[in-house]
Amino acid sequence: MSHEHRLRFKTMFMVLLMVVCASAGDLLLKRGMSQMGAVHITVPGLWQAFLSTLQNPTIWLGILFLIGYTLSYMTAVSWADYSYVMPAGAFGYALQTVLAVLILREVVVAKRWAGVALIVLGVLLVGQTKPSTTGAAQAMP
Amino acid sequence: MIKVILMLIFFICSGTGGEIAVTYGMKRIGEPESFRPRALLRFLWRAVRSGWVWFALPLLAASFYSLLILLSWAPISLVIPASAANYIVGVLGAKYILKEEVTARRWLGVGMVFLGVILVLATG
Repeated sequence: MSHEHRLRFKTMFMVLLMVVCASAGDLLLKRGMSQMGAVHITVPGLWQAFLSTLQNPTIWLGILFLIGYTLSYMTAVSWADYSYVMPAGAFGYALQTVLAVLILREVVVAKRWAGVALIVLGVLLVGQTKPSTTGAAQAMP
Repeated sequence: MIKVILMLIFFICSGTGGEIAVTYGMKRIGEPESFRPRALLRFLWRAVRSGWVWFALPLLAASFYSLLILLSWAPISLVIPASAANYIVGVLGAKYILKEEVTARRWLGVGMVFLGVILVLATG
């Protein structure tokens, strides 16, 4: 395998890992919070929810996946360009909506799909940027 | 729904505020000299001593907690796409706080995300 092929394969693998971890993490957080019921915005309500989240294994598993996402993202951008990695983040919004329908049986109306499509396109445009426009590569005084 | 929108605003402002504080703090600290354990430890020690990092951590924790609250109130197919509004606050923060350059194309992207988030929230 040539160097370029290896690099491409390595990056694709990391991006796939990012998407899987982010989606699984958010879905698990949702499942965990659904088990607990709606949080009430009062001091006892927030405290009760805080204690319940600490004791909820589904939430911890979700957090573990989100840590996995952060690590795979940091690893990927350590060699690949941000503009190469970023579209995965944008399509993540669409993927998570699809997974919400397939796994959590959520109902998504056409208007929401249209909103998600605009968001994906918008995020792709926002992400098209130079990695550094301030020239602050060295430590500021 | 107004409850969800207010919590979403809190989620995004605390998250973006935290990330901007981390970015600003880390740029002041500078890169690690190398990736040897000793240099990384020195780098970590500089980060721990930076006020900016300590300012950022509670904001990031509040942001994560408000995401959990949002997920307890609304479907994930609403919360996650709507959370893309952080790109709007992120670009505004990058422009006015971090003094980064923002191109016309990025402003167009921000406008599309804004419209998309409004559409998604309108279905809630």
